[in-house]
Amino acid sequence: MLAIHRKLLRDLAHMKGQVVAICLVIACGIATFVMSLSTLASLQETREVYYERYRFPHLFVSLKRAPETLRQRLEEIPGVRAVELRIVSEVTLDMPSMDEPAVGRLISIPETHRPRLCNLHLRAGRYVEAGRDDEVIVSEAFADAHELKPGDSVTAILNGRLQTLRIVGVALSPEYVFQIRGGEMLPDDRRFGVFWMGETALAAAFDMTGAFNNVMVSLMRSAAEEDAIKRVDDLLEPYGGLGAYGRDEHVSDRYLSDEIRSLRGMGMIAPAIFLSVAALLLNIVLGRLIGTQREQIAALKAFGYSNCDVGRHYLGFVLVIVLTGSLIGTIGGMLMARGLTRAYAEFYRFPILQYRLDASIVVLGFAIALSAGVLGALIAVRRAAKLPPAEAMRPEPPKSFRDTLLERLGLQRLLPPSTRMILRNLERQPVKTTLSILGIALSVSVLVLGNFMEDSLDYLIDQQFQIAQRQDVSVALVEPASGTIVHDMTHLPGVIRVEPIRGVATRMRFGHRSRRVGITGMPPNMQLYQLLDAKRQRLEVPPEGLLISDKLARILEVRPGQSVTVEVLQEERPVRDIPIVGVIDDYSGLAAYMSLDALNHLMHEGETVSGLYLTADGANHKQLYSELKSSPHVASVTIRTGMLQTFRETMGENLLRMKAWNVFFASVIAIGVVYNSARVSLSERSRDLATLRVIGFTRQEISLILLGELAVLTLVAIPVGLLIGRGLGELVALGLDTELYRIPLVITPKTYGFAAVVTLIASVLASLIVRRRLDQLDLVAVLKTRE
Amino acid sequence: MPTAVFEARQITKTYQMGEVEVQALRGVDLDLFEGELTVLLGLSGSGKSTLLNILGGLDVPTSGTVRYCGEVLDTDDDATLTRFRREHVGFVFQFYNLIPSLTARENVALITDIAEKPLTPEEALQLVGLGQRLDHFPAQLSGGEQQRVAIARAIAKQPHVLLCDEPTGALDASTGIVVLEVIERINRELGTTTAVITHNAIIGQMADRIVRLSEGHIQSAAANPQRRPAAELSW
Repeated sequence: MLAIHRKLLRDLAHMKGQVVAICLVIACGIATFVMSLSTLASLQETREVYYERYRFPHLFVSLKRAPETLRQRLEEIPGVRAVELRIVSEVTLDMPSMDEPAVGRLISIPETHRPRLCNLHLRAGRYVEAGRDDEVIVSEAFADAHELKPGDSVTAILNGRLQTLRIVGVALSPEYVFQIRGGEMLPDDRRFGVFWMGETALAAAFDMTGAFNNVMVSLMRSAAEEDAIKRVDDLLEPYGGLGAYGRDEHVSDRYLSDEIRSLRGMGMIAPAIFLSVAALLLNIVLGRLIGTQREQIAALKAFGYSNCDVGRHYLGFVLVIVLTGSLIGTIGGMLMARGLTRAYAEFYRFPILQYRLDASIVVLGFAIALSAGVLGALIAVRRAAKLPPAEAMRPEPPKSFRDTLLERLGLQRLLPPSTRMILRNLERQPVKTTLSILGIALSVSVLVLGNFMEDSLDYLIDQQFQIAQRQDVSVALVEPASGTIVHDMTHLPGVIRVEPIRGVATRMRFGHRSRRVGITGMPPNMQLYQLLDAKRQRLEVPPEGLLISDKLARILEVRPGQSVTVEVLQEERPVRDIPIVGVIDDYSGLAAYMSLDALNHLMHEGETVSGLYLTADGANHKQLYSELKSSPHVASVTIRTGMLQTFRETMGENLLRMKAWNVFFASVIAIGVVYNSARVSLSERSRDLATLRVIGFTRQEISLILLGELAVLTLVAIPVGLLIGRGLGELVALGLDTELYRIPLVITPKTYGFAAVVTLIASVLASLIVRRRLDQLDLVAVLKTRE
Repeated sequence: MPTAVFEARQITKTYQMGEVEVQALRGVDLDLFEGELTVLLGLSGSGKSTLLNILGGLDVPTSGTVRYCGEVLDTDDDATLTRFRREHVGFVFQFYNLIPSLTARENVALITDIAEKPLTPEEALQLVGLGQRLDHFPAQLSGGEQQRVAIARAIAKQPHVLLCDEPTGALDASTGIVVLEVIERINRELGTTTAVITHNAIIGQMADRIVRLSEGHIQSAAANPQRRPAAELSW
């Protein structure tokens, strides 16, 4: 090993505390980078292979009922590769382990061969056999939630008749990687299950023999999706087609895509923060190192080491620190990614979700970390390389101090000398001071960012489940019914209040933009579901016109006062221009609301109801559920507390894990920055401080000068960090602003307080470590060193 | 007449020290001859260190030229100066300028790693009498030993010239003499052209030639008719 390399290693060992701190910051950045991008790649690759192998289609459409003879015309549409006709129907399930009913979605599959599209991946048991009309295959998510296995059976109400479904297999489908019912925010595997049943049996149960109500279409690579959608819609319109849509509106695929997108976002933002901090730490630390090694640099140059050699030598510090940090980060990232992949495997049902680390991600991570490190160290290294050898032999000229701003303002009498020393020092090195403040501020911002999700979700839960939704139970009907059902429901056990709603599938257009949106009709002065504006003020449905989701208004680029064209996709399929009266603040899906009367008028129908909101006396819930389960009119039942519980359970666990990581990450940054700033200050000022000790200052007094500087940095950094955190929160909220869900930007004072306190604690810890060194200050030795 | 290794002509040097402009050299002419041991005497601030730095290619003159073995040193080109220092010059400094994180052997290896035909670090340290202290760090060596390591480091590349800036400045007299003996030996045995800067007139007695500097001028330059061995000096 060359002597100069030995010097590198020994110097690194000498400043190991600082080196470790910077390595850890880099490791955190690279860990999140590797974790996000490698999980993303695994997820993406798995999805691609799964979709390909199990033939996930490109278009989806539901309709009322059409004859199977339509198949040929569907297949003749240009660009269509394959067509799968199905019967899909939701039924109420009576699960013995639950008082309340669960929802089962029955999907027909051919008995004689595997489905051409959306083939099933059998996890256990076998495929259904022809001639057995009670056999079903159950989705793995539901099977896991209820510990069902082949041989077990479940009871369902099919078209008003109680029927036992015998489970012969447990399967996965590319259609339900993310098994969620449309309109809900999170999957609820206990209360929603998918069942595949032989088409003959299902058709018989629902009087659909020779007919279908759901179509999947796969397209050729060259096909134009929009054109195909239009042709499918034209063809199915007479049969009650609800509008075809592509993968971009398919709930399961959409969730996956959004997850991939947010992983990509995380893979950018977090490493950017950490590596910026690492860069500025390298700048500060290397700057100081080069300052203390001026004479060594001079000697090296005097002996014939070139500027390049010296530059390379100091870049070597960066290289060793960055490579070590990246290595730790890569290993940490892999471990974290395995954990994340395991968590994903609970949410996303893939035949196999195998974590695989692509070498290119590691290389990219190293390259990014190295660029950040070199960029951070560049100024310091250039200074070392450019230092003229004779100049380097002389001690640094005395630093020129000036009065600080406070003193120029005439406030010096208010400041004791120690405070003046602190302020002058900070003001004399504006770049270093700014960088240190920025570094600490970033740790504050990481903490704000980490907790903002929790605040936002609390707000969201409060809004969605406490203020907006006030029902105990919502009921969807099998068929739209007349208004008298409201009266019937009132007589169910324990029911206190019943309010009807009417849902209608439409396509809403404004200019060239359009979306498939369900319009919900609500009675005036509805109590059990309230619409809120951005200020949480209650909005009444107007007698005429629409209230729509703010997100929908933004997608259609429509403002209140303007009219949208509403094409109803059911019954007589009326088309009408309806004015937008206002926008509502909601956080999931796209929604539109109008008065129930106006909606029924639009549909040319009398009082019609498709769903009901109920409140009931708690003591009677069990009886109520049992009645609802057996009612032939009820298609599905949703329990608000059940939804809330699922939501809290899944999100709560994830958030807690995330919070712990964030505190760890932020502490690494805060301690890294404060510790390094303190070490550098100590090294710059040990002579001054020793001098002060010699002339009679106490340890406490000199500690105050050094640590006071850190205190000032931290206190200035905290508000800056809170602001940066809020800005980053806005970025994240923007990134999560999708058609499926939105996150409100809510940051509570508690979160700000938490961020400030954790950063303060980290600063104090770092200060205490440095304080110990201050106690060991060798007065005589320091004074003897050369001026 | 021996050949001139260095010919400096009309050298001036002005530099900025904080907010003060210092005129260190005000038109200096100086020759150093092959194999000679020259002592440059002067008080602190006389410009002797600046002159040595310019000769050694550590610093560049504000005006004037330096010839090395008849060739003009291109002081504008940093790469040339670096190569010049690497191939031809050995430096010894008042404060040794050892790398504290490297042992004696490794400090010398810094040079042998980049030189063309170096001695081994062990040979170089043997020459200065430190063959037994190879693996000691600077902090474990006395001042005199540190300076001898510095000399070993300077001569390990077998330089054509050895430039010593107050080599005894930080040492007590007896240790200083040991260091001077080493320098003398190098000059004699290896024939290395040597220049020693000092403010201590007694050291001039060991020189072939004594040059006196004052306030940026050469005051006098004369051969020393009675060169005395370093061991006989005392102060």
